[in-house]
Amino acid sequence: MKPVLAVEDLTVTIGTRRGPAHAVAGVDWAVQPGETLALVGESGSGKSMSVLAATGLAPRTARVTGRVHLLGTELTGLGQDRRRRLRGRHIGFVFQDPMTSLNPVLTVGRQVTEAAEEHLGLTRRAARSRAVELLEMVGIPSAGQRVDAYPHQFSGGMRQRVVIAMALACEPDLLIADEPTTALDVTTQAQIVELVADLQRRLGTAVVWITHDLGVVAGIADTVAVMYAGRILEQGPVDAVFGTPSHPYTEALLAARPDPAAGGAELVTIAGAPPSPLDLPAGCAFWPRCPVRGDARCEHELPPLVPVSAGHQVRTFYPQPTDGERR
Amino acid sequence: MSERQRADRQLGAVVPADGTAHAAVPKQREPGEVVAELDDLAVWFPTPAGVVRAVDGVSLRVRRGETLGLVGESGSGKSTTGLALLRLVDPTSGTVRVGGEDVTRWSRRRLRALRRRVAMVFQDPQASLDPRLTIGASIAEPLIVHRLTDGGAARRRRVGELLDMVGLRGELADRHPHELSGGQRQRVGIARALAGEPDLIVLDEPIASLDLSVQAQIMNLLRRLQRDLGLTYLFIAHDLAAVEHMSDRMAVMYLGRIVESGTPAQIWRDPAHPYTAALLSAVPVADPQVERERRRIILSGDIPSPVDPPGGCRFRTRCPQARPECAETDPVLAEVDPDHRAACLFAKEAVRAMRSA
Ligand SMILES: Nc1ncnc2c1ncn2[C@@H]1O[C@H](COP(=O)(O)OP(=O)(O)OP(=O)(O)O)[C@@H](O)[C@H]1O
Ligand SMILES: Nc1ncnc2c1ncn2[C@@H]1O[C@H](COP(=O)(O)OP(=O)(O)O)[C@@H](O)[C@H]1O
Ligand code: SF4
Ligand SMILES: [Mg+2]
Ligand SMILES: [Mg+2]
Repeated sequence: MKPVLAVEDLTVTIGTRRGPAHAVAGVDWAVQPGETLALVGESGSGKSMSVLAATGLAPRTARVTGRVHLLGTELTGLGQDRRRRLRGRHIGFVFQDPMTSLNPVLTVGRQVTEAAEEHLGLTRRAARSRAVELLEMVGIPSAGQRVDAYPHQFSGGMRQRVVIAMALACEPDLLIADEPTTALDVTTQAQIVELVADLQRRLGTAVVWITHDLGVVAGIADTVAVMYAGRILEQGPVDAVFGTPSHPYTEALLAARPDPAAGGAELVTIAGAPPSPLDLPAGCAFWPRCPVRGDARCEHELPPLVPVSAGHQVRTFYPQPTDGERR
Repeated sequence: MSERQRADRQLGAVVPADGTAHAAVPKQREPGEVVAELDDLAVWFPTPAGVVRAVDGVSLRVRRGETLGLVGESGSGKSTTGLALLRLVDPTSGTVRVGGEDVTRWSRRRLRALRRRVAMVFQDPQASLDPRLTIGASIAEPLIVHRLTDGGAARRRRVGELLDMVGLRGELADRHPHELSGGQRQRVGIARALAGEPDLIVLDEPIASLDLSVQAQIMNLLRRLQRDLGLTYLFIAHDLAAVEHMSDRMAVMYLGRIVESGTPAQIWRDPAHPYTAALLSAVPVADPQVERERRRIILSGDIPSPVDPPGGCRFRTRCPQARPECAETDPVLAEVDPDHRAACLFAKEAVRAMRSA
């Protein structure tokens, strides 16, 4: 199967006053048709920048290298216009703050189909009825009337639904959702997660979902990539990564969440903080915080991404024993 | 409100009137004296869109040495409840008591003393620190305001001590907030709160803006400080698992009211109010197998406007179990088990029905 979007050896270096920031330092991932890839990691690990760069939306000050394939077409080297058209036709975006995608002075109906008018050549009238259809699809009650309302008349959760309707208007092959529920309450988050999963089943859309919430990942992902300091430290099928985390970082992250079944035991913490993208270490970026802390090799040599089981890879010299071995 | 209703809305264990019942069996943790107490508190804000009933009939007690957790969706009134304990908002009705004294109508001047006894830690450690002040100066500020140290040398010593308590190196005293990470800034916020040796610390979403690994560091720090210094916390968060982890008792808020209260174990294992059950079912768990098998109770719609809350039960517009009676009667917070209360006409029964639906 040809992946919908695949990146190979992607790097993003951003020029700053204090020198080059290595936001993404060599990343490979692919999302298959109809599947969900979750990118998870702490703040600043390069999740957003890797998808922005892959889709040609990196800031002007960024230098991007590597290869990107969208439905088999190599994007790197294509002209801006061509890239923009492909993106508009095949990819929908949903960001954390719905207001960044919405124009406060346009009715939601107009916005939902604005892109579709351009890409699918809809007339105004057809666009309006399509807008109602889309708003119904994302669960906006009385869509026929709400289509003429303005964004400020909607709650946060409803706005995010509108943005999802907007993103799906062109029937994209891929939906990129960057922390779409982070600003929402859990009950609203559950509604949105359910909505996207349902739409995905019906429309067969592939999804790249960025989040720092491991619980959300467990619920939505087919495959997951755990990012740290601009690189993927572990990736694979969600069951493999959560069931037998092999990188000390993944293991520590999973253990850091309070577990109501644990009876209030002290939480596992990871000392310190991630390195600055201005000054990435030569070796394993996690080494200074690593509870395993192998040896000098970890400090000076970048560990390669090695397979531990089918489709499950980990970037460490010391893969953690699987549950089976631990017993 | 009748005496009984008032009693029903009280949160927490009832202390025997003579205070002797516990003397015979020394438990691991005696219920301490009440440090702060809200009694049928209402805080309303007049706005152009109408009167916002941010808090609308909340009673709670916080006892020395314990953590009371407050959980609920955004806009449910958690922060306003916390601010009321510092008298940073003016109560519309009801009473605020701190250390047994009724502070509801205290003057601005007297409130200075209150702010030493009740301290607050905010969500955004960036916004709560003055960017122009060094870390040391920020921490020294409460020491100066409340005249707690004599002279610069004593003050510097105390600042060093406070930094050490929250796990920061002393040399950070000369830095500015922008030179610190989010987690370090939150530690500074905690050090500031500790400066006046307060009776109560209101922690308003102290981990919400932090990364996962740093959240765990801050929660461990707060618990260690509580153990070592005998601190009392009101821990406010929308993260149910965090509140469960941190609290001795917890209360769930919805639309300006407490709808359920009890121990974390009671609430987690045996929620009695439909809203709590829905909230719990919405919390994602980091286990793909569990996530695949679980059935969520998805609430429809949004939290109604606090300008015009529904009559009868406030949750009825979203409650999957709402019945005709729910529009007629405003349920009081009534005991369903010892020390476990819920404000639902069909407490427990409605949750059972929801879960088997
Ligand atoms: N415009 C920019 N100029 C300089 N550095 C940037 C810029 N945008 C991002 N960075 C840096 O690139 C790194 C990766 O950023 P990115 O936004 O991809 O992180 P993220 O994983 O999405 O984090 P978050 O969870 O906070 O959204 C960070 O260190 C960030 O500070
Ligand atoms: N100063 C204020 N003026 C007007 N409305 C307010 C004010 N403070 C809070 N509110 C409103 O009161 C309600 C409760 O707010 P808040 O206590 O901040 O809730 P929470 O902390 O649970 O998110 C919300 O609807 C909020 O918009
Ligand atoms: S009183 Fe009625 S509407 Fe309110 S929570 Fe109970 S069952 Fe639901
Ligand atoms: Mg991001
Ligand atoms: Mg708040």
